[in-house]
Amino acid sequence: MTVARSLPHDAARLHVTGTARYVHDIPSPRGTLHLAFGLSTIAAGRMTEMDLASVRQSAGVVAVLTAADLPQGADCSPSAHDEPLLCTGDVHYHGQPLFLVIATSHLAARRAARQGQVSYEETPPLLSIDAALAANSRFEEGPRIWQRGDAARAIAEAAHTIDGVIEMGGQEHFYLEGQAALALPQEGGDMVIHASTQHPSEVQHKVADALSRPMHAVRVETRRMGGGFGGKESQANAPAIACAVAARHTGQPCKLRYDRDDDMVITGKRHDFRITYRAGFDDTGRLSGVEFVHYARCGWSQDLSLPVADRAMLHADNAYHLPAVRIESHRLRTNTASATAFRGFGGPQGMLGIERVMDHVAHTLGLDPLAVRRRNYYAASAGGGLSAPRAARPPEGISGQMKPQVTPYGQEVEDFILHEMTERLMDTSDYAARRVAVAAWNARNPVLKKGLALTPVKFGISFTLSHLNQAGALVHVYQDGSVHLNHGGTEMGQGLFQKVAQVAAARFGLPLEAIKITATDTAKVPNTSATAASSGSDLNGMAVKAACDTIRDRMAACLAERYGGAPDAVQFSAGHVQIGTRCLSFAAAAKLCYEQRISLSATGFYKTPDLAWDRIKGEGRPFYYFAYGAAVTEVVVDGLSGEYRILRADILHDCGASLNPALDIGQIEGGYVQGAGWLTVEELVWDAAGRLRTHAPSTYKIPACSDRPSVFNVALWEGENPRPTIYRSKAVGEPPFMLGISALMALSAAVAAFGPGYPSLDAPATPERVLSAIARQRARADA
Amino acid sequence: MTLTFLLNGESVALRDVTPTTTLLDWLRETRGLTGTKEGCNEGDCGACTVIVSDETGARPLNACILLLPQLAGRAVRTVEGVSGPEGQLHPVQEAMIAHHGSQCGFCTPGFITSMACAHLNGERDHDRVLAGNLCRCTGYAPILRAARAAETAPIPAWITEDRAVIWPEIPSGGPAGRGADSPPSSLHPRCADEAARLYAAHPQATLIAGATDVGLWITKQLRDLDLPIFLGGCADLRKIDISDTEIRLGAGVTIAALMQAIAPFHPSYAAMLRRYGSEQVRAAATLGGNIANGSPIGDNAPALIALGATLHLRHGETRREIPLEAFFLDYGQQGRAPGEMVEAITLPRQPDRLRCYKISKRFDQDISALLGCFNITVNEGRITAARIAFGGMAGIPKRAQAVEAALIGQPWTEETITASHVAWAQDFAPLSDMRASADYRLDVARNLLMRYFLEDQGIATSVLEVQP
Repeated sequence: MTVARSLPHDAARLHVTGTARYVHDIPSPRGTLHLAFGLSTIAAGRMTEMDLASVRQSAGVVAVLTAADLPQGADCSPSAHDEPLLCTGDVHYHGQPLFLVIATSHLAARRAARQGQVSYEETPPLLSIDAALAANSRFEEGPRIWQRGDAARAIAEAAHTIDGVIEMGGQEHFYLEGQAALALPQEGGDMVIHASTQHPSEVQHKVADALSRPMHAVRVETRRMGGGFGGKESQANAPAIACAVAARHTGQPCKLRYDRDDDMVITGKRHDFRITYRAGFDDTGRLSGVEFVHYARCGWSQDLSLPVADRAMLHADNAYHLPAVRIESHRLRTNTASATAFRGFGGPQGMLGIERVMDHVAHTLGLDPLAVRRRNYYAASAGGGLSAPRAARPPEGISGQMKPQVTPYGQEVEDFILHEMTERLMDTSDYAARRVAVAAWNARNPVLKKGLALTPVKFGISFTLSHLNQAGALVHVYQDGSVHLNHGGTEMGQGLFQKVAQVAAARFGLPLEAIKITATDTAKVPNTSATAASSGSDLNGMAVKAACDTIRDRMAACLAERYGGAPDAVQFSAGHVQIGTRCLSFAAAAKLCYEQRISLSATGFYKTPDLAWDRIKGEGRPFYYFAYGAAVTEVVVDGLSGEYRILRADILHDCGASLNPALDIGQIEGGYVQGAGWLTVEELVWDAAGRLRTHAPSTYKIPACSDRPSVFNVALWEGENPRPTIYRSKAVGEPPFMLGISALMALSAAVAAFGPGYPSLDAPATPERVLSAIARQRARADA
Repeated sequence: MTLTFLLNGESVALRDVTPTTTLLDWLRETRGLTGTKEGCNEGDCGACTVIVSDETGARPLNACILLLPQLAGRAVRTVEGVSGPEGQLHPVQEAMIAHHGSQCGFCTPGFITSMACAHLNGERDHDRVLAGNLCRCTGYAPILRAARAAETAPIPAWITEDRAVIWPEIPSGGPAGRGADSPPSSLHPRCADEAARLYAAHPQATLIAGATDVGLWITKQLRDLDLPIFLGGCADLRKIDISDTEIRLGAGVTIAALMQAIAPFHPSYAAMLRRYGSEQVRAAATLGGNIANGSPIGDNAPALIALGATLHLRHGETRREIPLEAFFLDYGQQGRAPGEMVEAITLPRQPDRLRCYKISKRFDQDISALLGCFNITVNEGRITAARIAFGGMAGIPKRAQAVEAALIGQPWTEETITASHVAWAQDFAPLSDMRASADYRLDVARNLLMRYFLEDQGIATSVLEVQP
């Protein structure tokens, strides 16, 4: 079988030899023109005059487009039709595209784009959560509120209470390949687009809309992205639309790639959040009631902010049963780049809220935060049925409880395996002994302090907009037995194409070399969903399986008829087809079926079953299943500078029955480091005028090589998805990102070692924030 | 003029090159070699890393801020040239596949060239070698596994070809022009004397050594340079002379060479330079450039000021010497006359009491929020001399003279350090920016003196030395 094997990424050899083609590497036809946006230099107000004479006169400029040249508006929004490609008068953020330069080279376009003379009538920008709240500047009519039980009463009646607030910054995607698109005008006004996008169907849709053409006139192809992370789910629309309207305007191929600084200024990032909380609990740390208020800074347009903020609410419980809970969520509109999808899609922010509560509760009671976490875990699933394959035993204190507990949104948690996973991880990471050792080390060291923390992840798998949970595939078997594979998912480095090819090879009993992986193409598989929500292999794997099985069944029927025997007794394995005692090579079987006039091409389709969700009430079953993981992180902090290092991380993660353990471990290692980066070094800074000051890698620091934990142990939980997913695997794209929360909690523990009281460490915990938290601890010690 | 260099083992001769053309743009747009990627266009991500060799060896450089004339007489190897002529994979390529070191693959060519260069040079400090290559997918762990796995593999023959080139046979040409009658578009002196003469004659010119700063004027500010003078041909500017009394460092000494040369004398300075830029940047950037650009956050000046360095300036045949700290007048303003160039730095030999503390958000390849350099002499428990200089605390690299005065003559105790508290605010009124707030800068500056003291007492103060 080709599944469950640690095969390299399908393009690994192309990557290491520099021959993997990204959009900007595609040889473009002679006469290809290059684009650049002229950007606003204020954050809010109105353009009063735009003098583009010197732009037009700049060397190499062919044409300059403004909103007036786009009668269809060229909307770029994935949701609310509120994002014109070019500013129509009102300026909403610093860096908003105002005009589009079409020139003979990338450099000429960039030079010209800086020559615009624009006058504005400025208005004070709404930049912060507080400013937006004061102005009641928001998406939706008011806050979304979901509740279960009477949280206020539970808190009032609790033996102990805490309240607090955590601020968490946003995050720049920093995909290494910036946004890029190439439009090739076709006969009759049709358009072919090569785009670095996670969502070719949406690019197709939005380009067709901008050109006032039906979707059938636009074909979008995406072979690969140089990283996506959510940043190319909706943010890839604008460059592709710009290329399409410019190509129509000039009749020539048009190419756009953002310079890195432009990319970071123009495009959306992870939402920064403030979460306030109140919680009531008993002497053991068991929560009786929790209230959260989420404030999400959404930027100027709606984009994907509503589902992002919903998913934050949906992860306000993380792994914990909250008997009474109220979650209020404000989606605030500000004069900043529109915040967008980013790995976890709000989940990390919501999850960090409850992890902060756990840490705060434990600190208040003087307990090991892990004991409090385990005390509050959902009840273990009750053996058999949908539970984990291993005999799960009930957690301490609630033995005998067999009925699954429900989430704040009413979904039963039927597959909870974190009790066993946590125990295993505590064992393999030597948690208990190291916790003692850290305390002893801290007692000996006046300047440096260590911290250790274990945090769990429970992440809901499925798009919360239920209709998106569908996928299509197209598979051809050629008469030489080679297979052409296509599906709606896109490859951004996660190894989706390889995993799905492993599925196809397994269905046909072929070696992987027989399967040709091909670029995502809206002309092959239509109406696809974004490759997002970790759903890529779940959805596309199943669609490909369906397509392969259709062809396989046709071949089996044909061969059984020819050679006798039942079709379902025909075996496809090891490159051969076995029909009773006869054995044909797969190629010979394919040729024979072709000659028997059997269709060797099929589509496949899949939709996730059992989903029902009311996002207004916050009630239903939005997720097909949950993916789990846990991480232990150890850090050391310097009390003189706030500098720190991640010394060690141990991770145990649940991928169900992994389709490809090596690729899954890659997602886990990379997700952890990216998650830890979000909460530590990655800091977005806007100035008082709304200008992003961290718009290049010189000022915005993603983790570098030496920032990874120096000891980094990653293991996969051995189990199967109780749900009948593709080969019982589980989604892995987003869940490991949130393992990085353990790094912030370890920093919190280290800071707490400097003095009494709870550190309330905000994120990103830069050395400056850490030192300031240490100063608060010391001030309390001196008081 | 004809610009000649080797590209993946083949000789390339270019005429009438625009001197500000970057190697990256030329490779991708003119040469069609698209394996080398543009990630940031400012030398911070390493996706465009290429291997450049000359008689001094092979080093990784960022092609996005490497100008074509800098390649004169050198050999360039891109990712396309890391594999063998018959498509054989290099051991680092094999290892990256076997250890799943690529995901999206966009940073991978840069990692491959950095790793192949390190492999060629026998480097095994992978954290250092790879600090200038950013990866957003893998979390680096599999890349490190690959780098370690390839350590002992033999160096493929095709990679060593660049060494076999007989360098003097590659002409690099004199002044470059667009035909006999037109003025030169760039100048290429062959020695310091010629450079000084040319610069004095053309004070509007831009001196280019490593181009790690000037490169950004071109790629980010989109500036036109009036007349670039490329200093790469001036081998004498790269000299390091160590006598019994002083260390003389030519302006063209790269940060990489400086790091190696200074380590035996002032290991803390070398350790700080290990965090200066990245391997690619250190291999290109020069000491003279770091001083001459006058940056308040250049990491060399504070260390050199704390060591009592002397700056050697030269205008044509006229030379003068000033204490280094006297060179930095105000933000963006240096004591350098038009046409006057930095020729060298000298340091007095001295017992090592220097500690350099670089504070930044990220440990590697980050611009300092502040950099504190302390050179404090203690005799029989009393402070007898103190030179303290900071970067990031003012518009210029600046000495902490009030603090020095508060320390000299006092006992070397915690009380003395505490008593110096007020002096810091006399010396510094730092700014807040995206790297740090003013309060943080001032607090940490004070704390770094305490770090120096505690370190002197043998107390653990470095997070880098802690094991899990």
